[in-house]
Amino acid sequence: MDLMLNQFLFLGAILFCIGVYGVLARRNAVMVLMSIELILNSVNINLVAFSTMWGVASGAVFALFVIAVAAAEVGVGLALVLMLYRNMRSIDVDRVDLMKG
Amino acid sequence: MPYLLDKVWILPAIMAGSFLLILFFGKKLLARFGEKATASIGIASIAVCFILSLFIAGQWIQRVNHPPTGADMAAAEEACLGPSEVAAEEMGVEVYAPAEHGEASHGAETEGDHSTEADDGHGTSEPADGEATTSDEHGAAPMATGESAAAATPTAAAAEPAAEEGHEEVIPVCASMTWFESDHIDFEVGTVLDGLSAMMLFTVTMISLLVHLYSLEYLHKDVRFTHYYAFLSLFSASMLFYVLSSNTLQMLVGWELVGVCSFGLIGHWWEQRANTDAALKAFLTNRVGDTGLIIGVVVLFFATGAASFNVFFQNQQALSGELNTTLLLIAALALFWGVTSKSGQFPLHTWLPDAMAGPTPVSALIHAATMVVAGVYLIARMYGVFWGGLEIGDSSIHYVAFIGGFTTIIGGILAFVQQDLKKVLAYSTISQLGYMVMALGVGAWTAGVFHLFTHAFFKACLFLGAGSVSHACHHTFDMREMGGLRKYMPSTHKTFLIATIALAGIFPFAGFWSKDEILAGAANGQGDKAYTLMLVMGLITAFMTAAYMGRAYYKTFRGEYRGHGTPHESPKIITIPLWILAVFATVIGLVNFPGHIIGAVDDAGLAHRFEHYVQPTFAFPTDLEVAPFMYWLAGLSLVLAGFGLAIGIGYFAKGEPLKGMTERNPLARIGYVFLEKKYYLDALYESGIRDTVVMPLARAAYWFNMKVLDGIVNGLGVAARKFGTVLYRYVDQGVVDGAVNGTGLVSEESGQFLRRLQTGKVQQYGALLFGAAVILAAIFVLTNAINA
Repeated sequence: MDLMLNQFLFLGAILFCIGVYGVLARRNAVMVLMSIELILNSVNINLVAFSTMWGVASGAVFALFVIAVAAAEVGVGLALVLMLYRNMRSIDVDRVDLMKG
Repeated sequence: MPYLLDKVWILPAIMAGSFLLILFFGKKLLARFGEKATASIGIASIAVCFILSLFIAGQWIQRVNHPPTGADMAAAEEACLGPSEVAAEEMGVEVYAPAEHGEASHGAETEGDHSTEADDGHGTSEPADGEATTSDEHGAAPMATGESAAAATPTAAAAEPAAEEGHEEVIPVCASMTWFESDHIDFEVGTVLDGLSAMMLFTVTMISLLVHLYSLEYLHKDVRFTHYYAFLSLFSASMLFYVLSSNTLQMLVGWELVGVCSFGLIGHWWEQRANTDAALKAFLTNRVGDTGLIIGVVVLFFATGAASFNVFFQNQQALSGELNTTLLLIAALALFWGVTSKSGQFPLHTWLPDAMAGPTPVSALIHAATMVVAGVYLIARMYGVFWGGLEIGDSSIHYVAFIGGFTTIIGGILAFVQQDLKKVLAYSTISQLGYMVMALGVGAWTAGVFHLFTHAFFKACLFLGAGSVSHACHHTFDMREMGGLRKYMPSTHKTFLIATIALAGIFPFAGFWSKDEILAGAANGQGDKAYTLMLVMGLITAFMTAAYMGRAYYKTFRGEYRGHGTPHESPKIITIPLWILAVFATVIGLVNFPGHIIGAVDDAGLAHRFEHYVQPTFAFPTDLEVAPFMYWLAGLSLVLAGFGLAIGIGYFAKGEPLKGMTERNPLARIGYVFLEKKYYLDALYESGIRDTVVMPLARAAYWFNMKVLDGIVNGLGVAARKFGTVLYRYVDQGVVDGAVNGTGLVSEESGQFLRRLQTGKVQQYGALLFGAAVILAAIFVLTNAINA
């Protein structure tokens, strides 16, 4: 069982790192959103893995909660991307620097 | 009972109110309704005061006749001694308890020496007690003062009337309130009413009233009419305040107030330089004396245990014989230095003749009848202190008696060489003040105060008479331009003559009785010994007084008129006060009629009324001897006075047989010039003291002021300015502004730096966020690893 947990945690960590890389490196806003999904899901994997390890449901329930929030977040995020595109004719996040000091 | 006696503060309050009214509304009233409206404020006020003072005198007589006893007496005594006893006890000073009322203080010394005579005195006086109309229901306790005198002189013992009266202790009526309190000492302000102050109230208000009326005509159409009446009111207020003072501090205030009024009124016509000089001289000379008074008050305060300024307390302490006599002597002499200036005693008398520059009614009121006797009053009021400090009771010649006697002679001599009628009277005043001081100095308390009382009337009459004469003679006082006024001014002449005779001391006018008492006091002395020197001085003065007054009278009223124009009698408003004063000058001496001359007067209880009602019995020397009437002395002084008058008048009536002697005889000329220069005292003060001591001092002070003090001040200014510059340059500009600017600069620079982080690129923020998270994680991991 210990071996299995580690593997799940490794998987979560790898997914998280890929997600972070995507968030920080991708220029495409949609790709950034997708990377965020990866981060969220890596967390979900962790939650479910620990939940299973302790034999309690709360971790799984929390994962379901995260999935629901993620769906909403994607909705809002895609709307933002859409509006971005309308205004700037581009979804390159590097060009969205109106808050530059 | 004493419903008015404890509210005597009303009198000065009325006059102060009058002063303020005249000050604020006088000019308007004068402009709208004329002089009489302004003057009537003052006249009405002083008239009310006069009537009140009559009531007060009456009440005081009632009080002496029916003195309070028991609890009332104790309460009155406590009121008079004030809170001093408590304070003294706190300070650890032993307070002398007054002698038991009644027999106890019947002088042991008297009985020891004269026991048989003393018994005789009792024996003869007791039968008379029943018949006497006196109302001593409270057990006729034959007591110290009168009794011991009777006992001391066997010849007079049988006839001495004072013995049957019995001097019980009559406590004055005191009212006071705390002015302020400091270090357990109550500084009080209060009033004292006893025979002495009641007498002064009567004298001051009466003469002030007459002078108020008289001035209405005398200062008619004067440039500063309002100012004059305001000052008269202020003077009356101050003088009443002074005589009613219950403590020495308060007396000091009154003393200075009357001095200010004197200054203001001497300089009334200040357009002339001489008048302002005279005013300044009076003021400054008095200031020299006032210094002594202040020192005396302070020394006395500490000599009596630093407990109270109350006069009765201090008298009682001084009489207790438990104080340091040296300190007491210093206090008495310092107080006397004040008296010296105010009451014109040698060597500070020089201001008084110059003070005649003021309007004549002022001379009568202030510089003859009332203010100048403030010093005499001070001695009389603080008699315990003088008695204890100078050991008057020993009949040793001491400073006060000697200066009094000396002043009386030198003043009298100077009166001979004056051509100015007012100056004659001024020197006469100095001489008579010396008489009073001498009387107090030899222990003849009643005689001195009685002379003050009688002198006030006839000297005021003389001054007002001189004013009337000057009014008629084109405002001159030079006797060389007078003469023969008898025909032109009958009323003035008669009153002046009466007052002259009274001053000369001819029987039965007022001056005779008071002067005779003084001489008797000096002849009798205290404690078996006579003050022979003072007696001789007094007799010489008695002769001189009559002679110079005869001269002044003759040169003014007899012979031929030497002035120009035709003199005229003054209007009624001037002559009526003269007549009133003349009547007083005639009869007032009888209030202290020596009883045994006429037995009936004695039996009716009318003898020695003045002594009976005025001489204090509380906080007063119990072993004071009152001299009896002496026929030989009265006769001698009468002969001397008559002789003096005859010479004074006769010399000029014969056409001045010695005229020109001062030109022919060098010795006589030297003497005359010496007198004319007033013993060179003024020269001494001016060139001797002013030019050699005061002027260099003043110059040194000026130099010191200019060079040292101003140098210090200027140096301080320059230094302050330099310091300010340095402060501005380095501290303000450098430190303070630097800090402010620095703060701004730092904010700007850090802002510039932080601005660069703010790229607006969301991924960069994310990179920072995650980077930070990684670093945090790394720290956690590492710390965990180390802990493990």
